[in-house]
Amino acid sequence: MRNRRSQRRLSNRVFMEIAEKVIPPRTHYLNATYGVKSWLLTTDHKRIALLYLASVTFFFFLGGLFAVGIRLELLTPKGDFVQAETYNRMFTMHGVVMIFFFLIPAIPAVLGNFLVPLMIGAKDLAFPRINLLSWYIYTLGAAFTVVAIILGGVDTGWTFYTPYSSTYSNGNVVLTGVGAFITGFSSILTGLNFIVTIHTMRAPGLTWFRLPLFIWSHYATSLIMILGTPVIAVTLLLLALERIVHIGIFDPALGGDPVLFQHLFWFYSHPAVYIMVLPAMGVISELVANMTRKNIFGYKFVAFASLAIAVFGFLVWGHHLFVSTQSVYAGMMFSILSYAVAVPSAVKVFNWTATLYKGSISYNTPMLYAFGFIGFFIIGGMTGLFLAALGVDVHVHDTYFVVAHFHYIMVGGTIMGYLGGMHYWWPKITGRMYPEAWARFAALVIFVGFNLTFFPQFLLGYMGMPRRYYAYPEEFQVLNVMSSAGASILGIGYLIPMIYFIWSMRYGPHASANPWGAFGLEWRTSSPPPTLNFEKTPVVTWEAYEFTPRDEMVVVSVRDLLDETLRPRPVGSE
Amino acid sequence: MQVPIPFSPEQASSYSGQVDALYGFLCALTFLVGIVISLVIIYFAIKYRRRHDTEVGKPIEGSTKLELAWSIIPFCISMGIFVWGASLYYKMYHAPGEALEVYVVAKQWMWKFQHLDGQREINELHVPVGRKVKLMLTTEDVIHSFFVPAFRVKLDVVPGKYSTMWFEPTKAGRYHLFCAEYCGTSHSGMIGWIDVMEAAEYQSWLSGGAGEGSLASSGEKLFQQLACNTCHRSDAQGRGPVLEGVFGKEVQFQDGQRLIADESYIRESIITPRAKVVAGFQPIMPTFQGQVSEEQLLQLVAYIKSIGSKSPGAASTNAQPAKPAPPQQ
Amino acid sequence: MADTHTTTHAGLAHHFDDMEQQREAGTLGMWAFLVTEVMFFGGLFLAYILYRARAPVEFAVASNSLNVTMGFINTLVLICSSLTMALAVYFSQTGKRNLIVVFLLLTMGLGLTFLVIKGFEYHEKYVEHHIPVRFATYEFNWEGHASGHEAASIPVDDGKVEMFFWLYFAMTGVHALHMIIGLGILATLVLMARRGRFTPDYHSPVELSGLYWHFVDIVWIFLFPLLYLVGAHLH
Repeated sequence: MRNRRSQRRLSNRVFMEIAEKVIPPRTHYLNATYGVKSWLLTTDHKRIALLYLASVTFFFFLGGLFAVGIRLELLTPKGDFVQAETYNRMFTMHGVVMIFFFLIPAIPAVLGNFLVPLMIGAKDLAFPRINLLSWYIYTLGAAFTVVAIILGGVDTGWTFYTPYSSTYSNGNVVLTGVGAFITGFSSILTGLNFIVTIHTMRAPGLTWFRLPLFIWSHYATSLIMILGTPVIAVTLLLLALERIVHIGIFDPALGGDPVLFQHLFWFYSHPAVYIMVLPAMGVISELVANMTRKNIFGYKFVAFASLAIAVFGFLVWGHHLFVSTQSVYAGMMFSILSYAVAVPSAVKVFNWTATLYKGSISYNTPMLYAFGFIGFFIIGGMTGLFLAALGVDVHVHDTYFVVAHFHYIMVGGTIMGYLGGMHYWWPKITGRMYPEAWARFAALVIFVGFNLTFFPQFLLGYMGMPRRYYAYPEEFQVLNVMSSAGASILGIGYLIPMIYFIWSMRYGPHASANPWGAFGLEWRTSSPPPTLNFEKTPVVTWEAYEFTPRDEMVVVSVRDLLDETLRPRPVGSE
Repeated sequence: MQVPIPFSPEQASSYSGQVDALYGFLCALTFLVGIVISLVIIYFAIKYRRRHDTEVGKPIEGSTKLELAWSIIPFCISMGIFVWGASLYYKMYHAPGEALEVYVVAKQWMWKFQHLDGQREINELHVPVGRKVKLMLTTEDVIHSFFVPAFRVKLDVVPGKYSTMWFEPTKAGRYHLFCAEYCGTSHSGMIGWIDVMEAAEYQSWLSGGAGEGSLASSGEKLFQQLACNTCHRSDAQGRGPVLEGVFGKEVQFQDGQRLIADESYIRESIITPRAKVVAGFQPIMPTFQGQVSEEQLLQLVAYIKSIGSKSPGAASTNAQPAKPAPPQQ
Repeated sequence: MADTHTTTHAGLAHHFDDMEQQREAGTLGMWAFLVTEVMFFGGLFLAYILYRARAPVEFAVASNSLNVTMGFINTLVLICSSLTMALAVYFSQTGKRNLIVVFLLLTMGLGLTFLVIKGFEYHEKYVEHHIPVRFATYEFNWEGHASGHEAASIPVDDGKVEMFFWLYFAMTGVHALHMIIGLGILATLVLMARRGRFTPDYHSPVELSGLYWHFVDIVWIFLFPLLYLVGAHLH
């Protein structure tokens, strides 16, 4: 009815102005109950996400500390900062901690746990108690690893190649392996939870192709988690048996094959890198769509690309074994498949770029991180093509070229996605806004520091500097110094958000339900949300990212003023 | 194809320029893709920046044609890159027939070289320029990786098996040798040099010293020391098969399988003799695992290779090529 | 949308809309979990395939030394336990409280029987020095095998025989671990059933545990021929 609509339009403007002001909800998930027990025994997915946030942040800085040690040692060609044995343990623990305790859980267990039920209109995940259990399992695995570190760590490299790890190393191989083994179950349970939740608990009207791309990414990630993680579990089990009782599986003197370990290890660890990057891509899709206020170009292609990456990701593990005496023909197969898996990733980058066309682009911090991700991912991804090229890989395998490649993806990709997502959803999670100016400054520092740290490593690698070297020939020093300088800048860049995020929890301005004017069910409930997420289960009648001009939109109910949830209506629908 | 790329090692093998060419192409491609996408992003980001608070973007579904285009074209380009890379790889891992052989044993934390002439080197390998060199590598303990950046070659050495690689140095000089697979405390200390010498210099270096005699003659001594000759007699009266002429020929086993006798088979027969028992013989050969080192195994292999052609003394050294051919190549 | 529930069922968890959604979620969750178990055992099966392909003779000879009788009895025991489990599920669907408890206990009993027989088998292997470890003074020793069969005279590579044995222990060991966990699950179900928690409307814990139990049974159906029957033709 025309009248109602224009009336609503008028009052909308008023409501908008008020809604933008500082009025937080009375009770929400953070203050619903108090006390340590209410946090440690919670089954609320949002609180569990925050438990994970605390854990992964701790491990991020622990892994970062090891990185500091590495880069300090590499300032000089000779080994003079620490002993060789110590250095070897430092780079191993850097890898183990960063991969198993930060990169794999970070986005799924923090942002995924928090947002998956919200984005699909559910009250919680399908198995809330299993969700809490997965955090405890993570913590148990982490405890084993921390004990291993305190007892001196392990020096095999995070890849634990046999027979060095099974027979020769005198580090705490089994203890660290047990830590990783246990934490793997946390991953499996999280993935299981997501899959079941997304299948069975979507709000009425929310069909698969109306889902946010964040959900598609996490679904694909969960598939990898449940299919791949058990294999690393069995591999670590076999490694432990070999080390403790010498069954002989990886020992040639006893009839075993050390290269079998590499196959088993990489069968999981390659898909694992997609566990690390797919959720970040999901975040970027959300950022690009919402900061340009339009649907992602080629939504279905992006959704299917996530699944394709998950499936193909299982078929390429042999590209880590090109120089490991694997058959030449097997190498060729894996090379072809590795190019195949690069295509869906490229497709995503093209689609994000195309989304910018005729968008309405805002330059706030989340978008800056999205731009950063895209730029770094292009470099990281293209250098993957170098590594998939058999003839070139022979030269750069196990050199700093590989180190640079994966840091561009994992740090330039995943961590940018993580930080972008944290900034974007910070108001939703905490009900507060972070200081935008400082955030942009930190993003800039991170971008500069990151490039300075890792770009020289491509050059070092091609020049021939091998990985895991504690001392190196003099001609490599200049680039190493550049890299270490960059690392210090990067470190500062990471510390700044820590500070202002914590600051904002007390002093930041309160956030409205939808401070970005974004699309998605999570923005249709208060910031922070109530414990059961929605006052009323939403009914979805719109397509994904179906933005309409703002003044057609009804503003989110601010509890004292409206009792209707915000819903963007397609133009001309009333 | 000797255009040097910045930030790359010297091009010192026949192979280096080819690898650099592919690498250069990939760098150019990356640069191009990066620049193009960055410019597009910057252009869109400026042109379509948000002008007022309530502005939304134009809803655009997508374009199947565009999706297909930017899936298929990159895939085709990558297939081209694959073919290029794979052909380089294939060349690298198929050693040519005629080559100067050197045996390499890696151990924590050094590289031990044995020339067929008997010269032994540690961490430094002398080779002549312009000749193909074939390395047969193994390790005594953990996995290492033999990496010479200037030659653009690398190969892991795995315990319990032999791996083979080859290269042809094209420029005299001294080039880094690195271990490229983490192997323990002194992994970064397991480095050395490849000394590529002009032909004349190499000859004088060769004649400089081989006090113990050729590899094959060391192997012959071991063969007698370990009493192998009591069962493996040349008159076919022994309890073990005759070994003269066995190398490079087909062998048939008890279970009907056959294979061509190569270095790996000889090594296996010494370490795990019951793995393959020659047809018509009893499985009574004892294992020598633990009694011979990897280096000694290589000496025995060299010896058996040398009696392989049934004419004594023919292929026992690398000082001259086995077939009559001009010495320089 | 379901229109059948106007009152909230006692067993409905707070975050589900209705029992149907809860049941669907639980079932999908259990199937997804079983897929992860397939991947877990899959690694071991892969190692088995690889090493058996490399050493078919050694595998036959080593398998020949296993106690096929005990293995066969165990197979029958497990199949029966799957039957009793299925019956327990049936009775939970029809609400016969006492029968649920009876059949769950029977299943547990059979499962325990399996583990006891396994224990005897392991002991036999221990005594024969067929456990492929080097620990303290214990060492694997194949030469001492005196089976009296022709098998003993076939030339084998001891290292490869040892491969069979560690695979045997790893695979049956992991399987036994899953059985033990299964017993724990069944015990919990017995307690719940005695308290009358299961009704025709709500009995998914029994059903889903049944799925798990059947899965563990099926793994054994694969293990038995692959481990015990390889060398059968050698007699």
